[in-house]
Amino acid sequence: MSMPEMDWNPLWLTMQLAAVTVGVLLVVGTPLAWWLAFTKSRLRTLVEAVVALPIVLPPTVLGFYLLIALGPLGWIGGPWMDLTGSPLSFTFTGLVIASAFYSLPFVVQPLHGAFEAVGKNPLEAAWALGASKLDAFFSVASPMAIRGYLSAIVLGFAHTLGEFGVVLMVGGNIPGVTKVLSIAIYDHVEVLEYSQAHFLSAFLLIFSFIILTIVYTVNRRLPIHVS
Amino acid sequence: MSQLDARFKINYPGFHFDVDCIMPLDGTVAIFGASGSGKTTLLRCIAGLMRASSGYLKFGQDIWQDEHTFVPIQQRRVGVVFQDARLFPHLNAKQNLEYGMKRIQALDRRIAFDQVVGLLGLERLLEHRSHHLSGGEQQRVAIGRALLTSPQLLLMDEPLASLDQERKKEILPFIQRLNQELQIPVLYVSHDLNEILQLANHMVLIKEGKVVATGPIQEVFARLDLPGLVEPNIVGAILETRIADHEPEFGLTRVEFAGRSLFIPKQELPVGAPLRIQIHARDVSLVVGVPAASSSVLNSLEATVVEIEESPRDQYAMEVKLDVGCPLLAMITRKSYHQLDLQPGQKVHAHFKAVALS
Repeated sequence: MSMPEMDWNPLWLTMQLAAVTVGVLLVVGTPLAWWLAFTKSRLRTLVEAVVALPIVLPPTVLGFYLLIALGPLGWIGGPWMDLTGSPLSFTFTGLVIASAFYSLPFVVQPLHGAFEAVGKNPLEAAWALGASKLDAFFSVASPMAIRGYLSAIVLGFAHTLGEFGVVLMVGGNIPGVTKVLSIAIYDHVEVLEYSQAHFLSAFLLIFSFIILTIVYTVNRRLPIHVS
Repeated sequence: MSQLDARFKINYPGFHFDVDCIMPLDGTVAIFGASGSGKTTLLRCIAGLMRASSGYLKFGQDIWQDEHTFVPIQQRRVGVVFQDARLFPHLNAKQNLEYGMKRIQALDRRIAFDQVVGLLGLERLLEHRSHHLSGGEQQRVAIGRALLTSPQLLLMDEPLASLDQERKKEILPFIQRLNQELQIPVLYVSHDLNEILQLANHMVLIKEGKVVATGPIQEVFARLDLPGLVEPNIVGAILETRIADHEPEFGLTRVEFAGRSLFIPKQELPVGAPLRIQIHARDVSLVVGVPAASSSVLNSLEATVVEIEESPRDQYAMEVKLDVGCPLLAMITRKSYHQLDLQPGQKVHAHFKAVALS
């Protein structure tokens, strides 16, 4: 099979989207996972259920609600419009927000599990040794939860790569702006460009396989065992 | 001498924790009681790891907790040694030791790294991560880590409880040396009588969330009103002695306390070394009148009867509290008691055998 005429833009866009989404989710998901791991509040189970929703909901359902929320009159898109003067729907930023909701459980759940495994005991030891709560988080809890972070990053990244339904609903199919890999593949198949679809699909397959292999190898060799 | 004044109340369902006691900040204070009696809760409240809804805590001149104040643990400058060593698994022993040391001001560092490493025998462990260390080694590193913050007070929560007998024997001498060499007051929580007899000079006895006795260890053990405290080997006396000389041909060592001499089985210690010895209450026998000029008994002291009570622990025994320059408890049969017709104030001779505590 010879190299077909390829548009690599969707691939590049997808990588950017996945990287930015994981970045956002680490910032938002870490405190959320921490809270879930250590709170005694009754709200915990409720929040846990909400976080897990994207796993069970059809992407189109999630996408539909996000479309409304991100729209110029929605509860996210409206304030955004007032603040920046531009709409959110059918933009890259809108796509990042939608992806963050979509991939939230894949980042929060591994972190939540890792923080729970660390538990309160090492933190108490750190506080007793003079570390502030923030210091203890960075110098003790985070390194001990390193496996959780690794899983969170990889799962969040991989899950965003494969996103389709939500993107279609929220981002549409704008080349260079919101046309990501999975949609490009769908488009190629639609117009019977099988060789292009093959290339992109094979790339995604091999890329995912390599990443997961690296992660499992690294994970096994990490010196930290928490349990 | 400065003191620690601690008063805490916490209401759990079915358990009221209500403690009020003053402890000297000098030497080792044992907090002793059965499992679930509230010893660890008391220690955690003092550390600042727990906040009692109603509490007052004064360390020397500093208020650590009252209605308006709650000094966070980081500012109390206490060292805490937990039952499980809680070493940080991502750091090696040396990095664990340095963790707290790095977080205090250079001016506050009274205890040097090499001093602690030498005291606890950690030289060969420094590069190891915690999961390559044995339980006893982990606990020694944990003690060193706490000491290197140069704490004003060292809190130890059953530091030996999760170790086997061999490891306990390995660590106890280190803990005994802490006090002598570093002059840091220690609060030591334990339910193991032997540890306390070896380490503590003051004790707080806790039962079901309340303090039932507090005072110098010799006095607390000599009290007759604390049944069930120290079974099965009821402590008759704990004496702080010094090695006077050795009689190797007889396998004996002579020790002195308050100008009196006692013989104990031979000890491998130099003359002049301090040694804490124990007399079991059941090993004390009483003689009224002039003792026989020749007797097989090596240890005999003049004693005054202070108090006599029926033993709450043995229905056929009486417990006699004596004064031999310090309190001494004797457990004698009811029959002997009737034959001797003992009365408070009476002069008797106490015969006993003594054993070293180690």
